[in-house]
Amino acid sequence: MSTHPVITREVTVNLEAGLHMRPISQIKQVAQKYDCQVNIRKDGRAVSSQNMMEMLTLVAVQGTRLWLEASGPQAEVALDELVQLFETDFGAELEAEAG
Amino acid sequence: MKLTEFVVPQAIIPNLKIDNKETAIRKMVESLAAAGSIKSADTEGIIAAILKREDLGSTGIGRGVAVPHTKHASADRLIATIALAKDGVDFASLDGEDVFILFLLVSPPDRPGDHLRALENISRHLRNDTFCNFLKQATTTEQILDLLGEADNNQLS
Repeated sequence: MSTHPVITREVTVNLEAGLHMRPISQIKQVAQKYDCQVNIRKDGRAVSSQNMMEMLTLVAVQGTRLWLEASGPQAEVALDELVQLFETDFGAELEAEAG
Repeated sequence: MKLTEFVVPQAIIPNLKIDNKETAIRKMVESLAAAGSIKSADTEGIIAAILKREDLGSTGIGRGVAVPHTKHASADRLIATIALAKDGVDFASLDGEDVFILFLLVSPPDRPGDHLRALENISRHLRNDTFCNFLKQATTTEQILDLLGEADNNQLS
């Protein structure tokens, strides 16, 4: 049984195109760098940050509130970087094109 | 939104024989043009836009599936085609696996919500093993259309 608590952070999708495929792949790539499990929760449903297909089923349009949940030795630092992704709109260039 | 509402039947390619990602995308866009869903004059521009998007990160989403896509003014509504590559194609997917099922989407520039809902729809059905396996085994457009209809009507367990 894991001794690591689940840490949760709330984020809002500000991207005009919503959480489309490119930001989702960024989430996966950031999360997999760290020794922890990261899930994304929308309403009552949580999906793994390592499964792009599951993340695409969230339909997180602009304005959607999500909860990032992480547990493991590096949960804190993983969530710091993921929250920063949301706060910086995944890099400004993402606004230019849907993807 | 249902699969049969945005997949163009005449543009489906049940047996795509190609050896690289660029040719796969080219054949699929040309198929949409041949079906009359996009203007022939826009074909090259759409192919270039999709390839540019792929350069930013592969749209291979795992399980042997890729969803190359772009926004383009040529589309007045969201349209898609499906191609099955029985031999697999290297799509530089994040999971490193070859791609066997391709959904290519072209969306109007001003409808980001439709684009997300189409991605949700495709992903929701493709995580269903029954749908995914039957689709990989399909050999004709009719079989693919039957599967899409069954998926839309939740007839697949």
